[in-house]
Amino acid sequence: MQFFLEVLINGLLSGVMYALVALGFVLVYKASGVFNFAQGAMVYLAALSVVSCMEKGAPLWLAIILAFIIMTLFGIATEKFVLRKLVNQPPITLFMATIGLAFFIEGLAPIMFGSEPRALDLGIVDEPIAAILDSWDMVISKFDLVAAGVAALLVTTLALFFQYTRIGRALRAVADDHQAALSIGIPLQHIWAIVWGIAGFVALVAGMMWGARNGVQFALTFTALKALPVLIIGGFTSVPGAIVGGLIIGASEKLAEIYLPPVMQSMFGGNFGGIEGWFPYVLALFFLLVRPEGLFGEKHIDRV
Amino acid sequence: MSKYRKSALTAAVSIALLSQGAFAAEEQFFPIVSYRIGPYGANGQSFFGGFVDYLNYVNLKENGINGVKITWEECETEYNNAKGIECYERMKDKAKLSTGPIHPMSTGISYALIDKTAADKIPMAMVGYGRTDAVDGSVFPYAFPLVTTYQMQASAIIRFIKEKEKGSLEGKKIVFLYHDSAYGKEPIVALQEEAKLNKFELTLIPVAHPGNEQGAQWLKIRQEKPDYVIFWGWGVMNQTAIKAAQKVGFPRDRMIGSWWAGSEEDTVPAGDAAKGYMSATWNVAGKDVPLIADIEKVVYGAGKGNLGDTSKIGTILYNRGVSAAVLSVEAIRKAQEKYGEGKAMSGEQVRWGLENLNITDARLKEIGATNLLPEIKTSCDNHEGSGKIKIQQWDGEKWVVVSDWIEGNKTLIHPLFKISAQQYAKEKGITPRDCAKEM
Repeated sequence: MQFFLEVLINGLLSGVMYALVALGFVLVYKASGVFNFAQGAMVYLAALSVVSCMEKGAPLWLAIILAFIIMTLFGIATEKFVLRKLVNQPPITLFMATIGLAFFIEGLAPIMFGSEPRALDLGIVDEPIAAILDSWDMVISKFDLVAAGVAALLVTTLALFFQYTRIGRALRAVADDHQAALSIGIPLQHIWAIVWGIAGFVALVAGMMWGARNGVQFALTFTALKALPVLIIGGFTSVPGAIVGGLIIGASEKLAEIYLPPVMQSMFGGNFGGIEGWFPYVLALFFLLVRPEGLFGEKHIDRV
Repeated sequence: MSKYRKSALTAAVSIALLSQGAFAAEEQFFPIVSYRIGPYGANGQSFFGGFVDYLNYVNLKENGINGVKITWEECETEYNNAKGIECYERMKDKAKLSTGPIHPMSTGISYALIDKTAADKIPMAMVGYGRTDAVDGSVFPYAFPLVTTYQMQASAIIRFIKEKEKGSLEGKKIVFLYHDSAYGKEPIVALQEEAKLNKFELTLIPVAHPGNEQGAQWLKIRQEKPDYVIFWGWGVMNQTAIKAAQKVGFPRDRMIGSWWAGSEEDTVPAGDAAKGYMSATWNVAGKDVPLIADIEKVVYGAGKGNLGDTSKIGTILYNRGVSAAVLSVEAIRKAQEKYGEGKAMSGEQVRWGLENLNITDARLKEIGATNLLPEIKTSCDNHEGSGKIKIQQWDGEKWVVVSDWIEGNKTLIHPLFKISAQQYAKEKGITPRDCAKEM
């Protein structure tokens, strides 16, 4: 039972890390109706910006500010050069544009900042909390707890921003209908630049946490792989949904990785494992069958 | 056109063509299928940087191989199998005239090219990776898994651990944590055989690609409480494993990685967590190897260095690239001994050179590569030629070699290659060569 709890808690904490990446997708989708395929690449760019600024002598706080400026400028440039000409185009066109954007960033970022993997030290050691280890013989990482705190703060801030600020409401209006939002005087260009800037900020937070955990390198772009099942489960338009989806994926994949292989081995023989790679997608598929809009997503109803 | 003018023109064209032919004959072409961008671009930059620097070095220092200038063409694969094939197809016609061995630096690309290179008679070297049963040259005449294979490496790691445990592994627990791919699975049979022989308990734990999340695996390792973890990772999986070991409190000096998990690119991003971590290697790092220091002086001194970031000179992967190029050039030298010094060698001739390599310590000393790589002696039935590795340990800043050359258990492992190669020959309808006649 104790081991089960240890796996469950660690899975939930891993889920928070997935949710951090998924949040960026939700933001752009919520405010522009676009599935931003480039979010993983943005996580990579943001983390690379931080380490590169630090390598040039900037302290961590300054590097974060500079990286935020880079990501904001990137957001504005995306709006100006990629999205502006695609207003009122079908969502698939915008989606295709983000695929192109992902390849562009994946090529540009290493040219600008170098491609060698680097360490990012945030001053939080990823090791077990001694008190919990001694009292309950359970491994709970300090770093994972900090990541959970950061995610909680980020979600609260974003939820409040969308609910109670003028810009937040404008963002939601734009997502519902570009044309209608334009007709009542909402400046679409500014709104898109803002939302891509915020998505850049979320990518920066996710990039810093993932970069500090596994090193800053090209593989950060892979973090987006786990965000997709998280979004399907939580819903593409819900900020709390990203967190809940992340927790479900994190906990279930860790439990599956530990407890399914022995069952499969007794049934089929051989050596099983590496279930984490496909289990989240099977789970997401199941959700698509029973609740296609996700747990917290908006139900889409078309008039006929 | 007058008769004389026509004859003069014909003669001029003939001379031009002949001189072009003669010029081509003085050049030894190397088709380089490399990757310097994409997910593993950082690794490729160091390896292929070292490879090209050595080719340049031979040109600058010795005016080529016995006077034959080395030329090369590079094609970017991004570590992608389809692009690897595309690159090969693009360069193979040129390589049919004269060629150095192809080094794909990717098990996937080498698998994709193994039949094609044999059909086109272009030798392929897979130094430390690739299809390991190609050690049996009677079935794989054009494929060379040189220096050592995954299985021999795993066996050598067991031998190292056994020495640390004062000669006995009986009752010990060893976890094999591996990338869930052909690369990761290759050593399993060898480890299972070693487990039977040495009476230790072996637990296999796979990690799904890309391996950037290993929480469950390491909790399982914590529960198993093994004496050692042998680790077969690649790319981001390596740093993640080192950090995850720290997270569950597993001592890093009881964790031994494969040579693909033993470069600076693997340890630097893991920060302090990597201190004490060990890995296998078939070449050493550092600039204190005379050849590496001389390359920096000669090639970079002449402004012809391949690396933009010169801090990579002397890193483990840079030195590995140099070592792979040394093997290639030595094979061409060997071929020239038989087929004519000062001539460009064809794929068939270089294949012979690779199959008759005899790089002794004395020769390594002449090149300035003492201890950079082990002695190599290949033959028709042994395309590996060595089977030796060293163990290195990360001290927080650099790799420190902590063992002498250790050879895997050849008596145990090589028969496994033979069985697998014979099976392959049967499937493909290949009649194996009689190696006795190749002596």
